Amino acid sequence: MTVNSINWNNLPGPESIQRGSLANGITVLSYKNANVSSVYMVGLLNNGSSLDPQDKLGLAHFTASMLSRGTLRHGFQEFHEELENRGASLSFSCGANNTWFRGRSLAEDLETLISLSAESLRQPAFRPEYFERVRAQLLAGLAIREQDTGEAASLLFDQYLFPGHPYGEPTDGFAETIQRITVEDLQSYHRQYYAPTDMILVVAGAVEDGQVFDLAQKYFADWENQHTQTTALIEVPAAPQGLIRKHRHLEDKSQADLILGTRGPQRTSPDYLPIYLGNNILGQFGLMGRIGESVRTRSGLAYYASSSVTAWTDSGSWEVSAGTSAENLEKAIELIREEIRRYVAEPVSVEELEDSQSNLVGRLPLSLESNAGLANAVLSMERFGLGLDYYQHYAQKLRAITPADILNASRKYLDPQRLVITSAGPGDDIL
Amino acid sequence: MNLQEQTHTLDNGLTILTKEIHHVPLVSHWIWYRIGSRNEVPGKTGISHWVEHMQFKGTPKYPINVLDQAISRDGGFWNALTSLDWTTYLETLPAHKLDIALDLEADRMVNSNFDPQETELERTVVISEREGNENEPLFRLSEAVNALGFKEHPYRNQVIGFLKDLETITREQLYGHYQQHYSPNNAVIALAGDFDTQVVLQRIEALYGNIPAQKNHTSTPQPEGALDGFQRVDLEGPGDTLYMQVSYRSPAASDPDFFALMVLDSLLTGPSSLDMFGGGSISNKTSRLYRLLVEQDKAVNISGGLQATIDPYLYDILAILPPGQSEVEVLQIIDDEIKRLQDSPVPEQDIQRAIKQAKALFAYGSENTTNQAFWLGYSAMFADPSWFERYIPSLEQVDADRLMQAARKYLNADQRILGIYHPKEGGE
Repeated sequence: MTVNSINWNNLPGPESIQRGSLANGITVLSYKNANVSSVYMVGLLNNGSSLDPQDKLGLAHFTASMLSRGTLRHGFQEFHEELENRGASLSFSCGANNTWFRGRSLAEDLETLISLSAESLRQPAFRPEYFERVRAQLLAGLAIREQDTGEAASLLFDQYLFPGHPYGEPTDGFAETIQRITVEDLQSYHRQYYAPTDMILVVAGAVEDGQVFDLAQKYFADWENQHTQTTALIEVPAAPQGLIRKHRHLEDKSQADLILGTRGPQRTSPDYLPIYLGNNILGQFGLMGRIGESVRTRSGLAYYASSSVTAWTDSGSWEVSAGTSAENLEKAIELIREEIRRYVAEPVSVEELEDSQSNLVGRLPLSLESNAGLANAVLSMERFGLGLDYYQHYAQKLRAITPADILNASRKYLDPQRLVITSAGPGDDIL
Repeated sequence: MNLQEQTHTLDNGLTILTKEIHHVPLVSHWIWYRIGSRNEVPGKTGISHWVEHMQFKGTPKYPINVLDQAISRDGGFWNALTSLDWTTYLETLPAHKLDIALDLEADRMVNSNFDPQETELERTVVISEREGNENEPLFRLSEAVNALGFKEHPYRNQVIGFLKDLETITREQLYGHYQQHYSPNNAVIALAGDFDTQVVLQRIEALYGNIPAQKNHTSTPQPEGALDGFQRVDLEGPGDTLYMQVSYRSPAASDPDFFALMVLDSLLTGPSSLDMFGGGSISNKTSRLYRLLVEQDKAVNISGGLQATIDPYLYDILAILPPGQSEVEVLQIIDDEIKRLQDSPVPEQDIQRAIKQAKALFAYGSENTTNQAFWLGYSAMFADPSWFERYIPSLEQVDADRLMQAARKYLNADQRILGIYHPKEGGE
């Protein structure tokens, strides 16, 4: 068999993904994976930390953290016994624009997973004792974050990449903003922003035809859009116009973590795929692409040095990260900038292009192998409106991209003279 | 035995474990060597791990970049891991590309370059990896606790090695270590996925058949028994977080007691999988110590750690404490709960629950091909390949009586190490 004989129609597509909508706006998708005895569920709601008031950063995240702390029908221990006795798991998290829920169970326990998700999202209890307990846990997490070089560099990076915008603020807030939040704030946030409109629910695994839709109908159909507020999207600020260099000193650290980058395309932009492919060449392919080759393989400066593209509905970021000793930090920055300079100065070679095209096409079966991989792929197609046949045409689209396409798209974003460069670890503050 | 699963051994001692799975066009290939930090001698800590890095630096047939390209083209994923007892290299790739993995691993079993310049470049990479680890309070705590947990046995050292050794190990020592331990009789190939076993076996015979077996003269340490009394180590660092690690001697994976300890760990700190490659996790909010510590605001997090090893190792209970919480009180609560396990039988339904959770974790882990091959080879490293097949049945044999005996034998308050990482006085 060759790559060309991979049967692209066997990948999840309109024929094999079941999709339906409830009257209240929830979209339900399921994909049957006949080879397993388990299921994976992922879903999202249309609210997140972008809605946090400035003095109460972390509110959306705090609210999501409380969802698994008991509902009006189940106390905390009962709730987790329902799950853990079955070897199932269910968790909630929060990003800038969405609140997420993810769960996993054996096939026979899917109904438990969906019914507990519905209870948590619709009727969380916000009991005061758990409110204070979760607050203490969140504060402990923030104290650990304070001492983590990678996290500290990332906080600085976001702050300067998205100045004055919610994307520049940490989803989990700061100790002083978490201290200000009251249980009424959580209740009010939940009342205002938790709603079925635009909710997506995806299940992949050992499911029967129609089963997921029927369960969604049973547990979510009577959830009404009552009190919810719509929110205006805040405009994303302009990309960095020069070099911004910041460093946070952290005591007793052996090495520094570095993040360097700029804005990237939004997920639906025509620039996305050429840049995703180009980034593979820049900092992914093989042992971390050209950047890994330069910083690690040829110079021995770092254990890791790679680049990544993250894209959302209205913006994105393009980042290089590396860990290196204090004395090699500036040298590593220069080597990375040199690779960026070269990358935007001349087209990638045809050989590099073909390698990365083959890599991205060939690894598709691997990324779509597990229930989680399948469910996340289906969710992406739905969430970004890519079309349910996206993966069936993926190879064709990637193969059509030329070195000139990559160069033209990349130059719109990446410029060695306009970068946010942040680090944390040994060495004096540059703030 | 599943007919799709087979074991073969070549004349030169190379063991091959195969499991055909045909529903996804993927194959995962692993080669495991019986060499890890357990076999290292003073002055050469970290050498096995550094050799693993050098295995990515090329052979005459597959120079450094060609190697990379050969795997990554067409969507392969490759990596390597060095642990206490073993070193392993894996490639998961589209089924039709399997031959690259077979050929490349056979080649680098004997032909790696260990170019002197590359060796020096990798020295700073490995030191950088160690420095990244040192940034983590839990690495520092574990390093300090393990140093007390073993008198002589190399399990007292971290796999990454000491900085002073990483600064002085020579190219000749690295190459010598490679030549000494990389031979077919010291290796196990594990393959899972979409292939025909007979075809693959012929190919492996052709590639490896001429590589001779050799005496490895592997340094084999004396296993260490029960801990001598109670020991304590205190570290400090910046921040507001107190980390607490309580460590007990754990049985070897081949010891039937290992399964009793797995159930005890599940009861105390929640279910966990030995799996290192995906599969899901189950939360631990109904575990005994979560209820007693986190639900009583005496800890913000609790977890347990048990590893499958050749020799007895350490079983850890790890807690993160909120500011101002006394570690003495937390330790007393842990002790009281362990005493209950030592004195009174665990209800049958609690045991059944732990087994159901282990089965669920097993099902999640089986969703991917990489994991299936992992399990085949992994269990061959510390026991034998059938350990994997006996895993669930062995757990099912654990009863209340055995749990009580194991709690008495392994979890004694006067035979353990307490490690505390304190927030520095006057720190931030």
